[in-house]
Amino acid sequence: MKKIFRYFKSMALLELLRGMKLTFSHMFKPKFTIRFPEERTPVSNRFRGVHALRRYPNGEERCIACKLCEAVCPALAITIESELRDDGTRRTTKYEIDLFKCIYCGFCEESCPVDSIVETNFHQYHMENASERIITKEQLLAMGDRMEEQISKDRRKDAAYR
Amino acid sequence: MDMILEFAWLLIRIVLFTFLPLILLVAYYTYAERRVLGAMQSRIGPNRVGPIGLFQPFADVIKLLLKEIILPANANRFLFFIAPVLAIGPAFAVWAVVPMGEGMVWANLDAGVIYILAVGSIGVYGIILAGWASNSKYALLGAMRAAAQMVSYEIALGFSLVGVLVLAGSLNLSAIVHAQAGGMADWYWLPLLPLFIIFIISGLAETNRAPFDVAEGESEIVAGFHVEYSGATFAVFFLAEYANMILIAALTAIFFFGGWLSPFEGWTFLGDSWLREPSIFWMLGKLAFFMFNFLWFRATFPRYRYDQIMRLGWKVFIPICMVWVLVAAVMVFTGLVVRGA
Repeated sequence: MKKIFRYFKSMALLELLRGMKLTFSHMFKPKFTIRFPEERTPVSNRFRGVHALRRYPNGEERCIACKLCEAVCPALAITIESELRDDGTRRTTKYEIDLFKCIYCGFCEESCPVDSIVETNFHQYHMENASERIITKEQLLAMGDRMEEQISKDRRKDAAYR
Repeated sequence: MDMILEFAWLLIRIVLFTFLPLILLVAYYTYAERRVLGAMQSRIGPNRVGPIGLFQPFADVIKLLLKEIILPANANRFLFFIAPVLAIGPAFAVWAVVPMGEGMVWANLDAGVIYILAVGSIGVYGIILAGWASNSKYALLGAMRAAAQMVSYEIALGFSLVGVLVLAGSLNLSAIVHAQAGGMADWYWLPLLPLFIIFIISGLAETNRAPFDVAEGESEIVAGFHVEYSGATFAVFFLAEYANMILIAALTAIFFFGGWLSPFEGWTFLGDSWLREPSIFWMLGKLAFFMFNFLWFRATFPRYRYDQIMRLGWKVFIPICMVWVLVAAVMVFTGLVVRGA
C-alpha cells in the first residue's frame, strides 16, 4: 500500500515542482555579481598587493640596503646592490623585485627595520610582456610616492595589532 | 515567367514571415537563456554589449561567422559539411505546417502531424552523420547517444500525440486547434494531463536539452556530436537545436494549450471583449511560456544518467501513453469529451 502511494507521489512530480519553485524564486533575488570596473570589492588594509618603497617626509628614501628582505625572501625574488654615498650613508643602487617569482608572502615587509619595502593594497595590475615582470627601484619608489597616503593609512590601522 | 515570379514572391514571403523571425527568435532565445539562467543562479548574465546586453546575440553571430571552419584530419569532407545542413533543413521545414494563427500557415496539410513526425526524424541523420564524419571518438559516442535517445523518445512523443488525435479526430494542426475551442478547460492539457507532461519531457529529450543533454555531457564526452565543428558549421547546429526547441514549444501550445485560442474564451461575463477573441498574440504568449520552461528546466534539474533516460523512455513513458490513449478513447466513447469539438 505504501509502495503504491509512493508510486503515485513520484508520478505527480511534486519534488520537481518544488525544485522549480526554488529556481524561480531565485530569479527575483538580488544578484551577487559585482560589475567590476564600476564596482569593486572592499580591500583589507592588510592586503598584500604589488610592492612599493617608501620615503621619509623630507624626501629621503628609507631603504638603508641592509638586505634583510633579500635574505628572508623565500622565493628569491629580490635583488639588491648597494654603495656608500658621499654623505657616508649606505644606499641601494639596484633594488629589483621579480613579480613572477614573488609569492606575496609579506616577509620583506615584516623584516624591514625602517618600514621601507611595503606591499600596497594595489592588485589590479598587469604586464603586457614578460620583461615587465621585474620592477626596478625607480618604479618601486614611484609607486611609494603615489600610494603613500594609502600605505600610511593602512599601516596606522594595523599598528595596534603589531 | 509568371510561375517563376510567383515562386520568387512566395520565397520572399517565406523568408520574411518565417525564416527571419525564426532566426531572430533563435538569436534572442540564446540571449534569454543566458539571462534567465544567470538570474536563476543569482548572477546577471551578459549585460555589456548594447543596453542590458541586447546586442550580445549579434556579437556572438559575428564572432562565429568570422571563425575558421576546421576540417579534422581524415574526416569525410562531404559528410562533414552535409551534416549541419541535414540538421537545419528539417528544423526549418517543419515550420511549413505549424499554424501561428487562424490561417497563418504555409501548408494546411491534412496529414500535418505525420509530416511533423516524419520530417522531424530526418534531423537525427544530421547528428549521426556529424558524429561519424568527424573521425573523433567523442563525436561518435555523442552521436550514438543522441541518436538512440532521439529515436527512443520519438516513440513516446508520437504516442502522446495519439491521445490528441483521438480527441481531435484530425491530423490537421489547425483542426486540432479548432477542436479545443471553448476555453482553458476545453484545451487538451486537462483531459490528457499525463500525455501533456510526457510530451513536454519527451520534447526535452528529443531536442537533447537539459536534463537530458547527455549527448553533450561535457564531463564525459566534451561536447558530443559537434565537438569537431567550429565557426559557421557550429552555428548551424546551434541554430538547429534552438529552432527545434522553439518548434517543440509551439507544438505543445498547439496540441495541448489551444494554439491561438484565447484562454478566456468561455468567460461570457467579459462580453465582446478582445480578451475572448482568438489571435496570434495568444499563440506567441503560449510559445514564450513554453520556451521559458525549457530554460527553467535547465536551470533546475541535474543531468540524467544515460541508462535512466532509456529506462524512463521505454519503461515509463510508453506504457503510460498506451494506457492514457485507451482512457482518451473511453472519454470519447462515453461522451465525456466530444470528439473534434
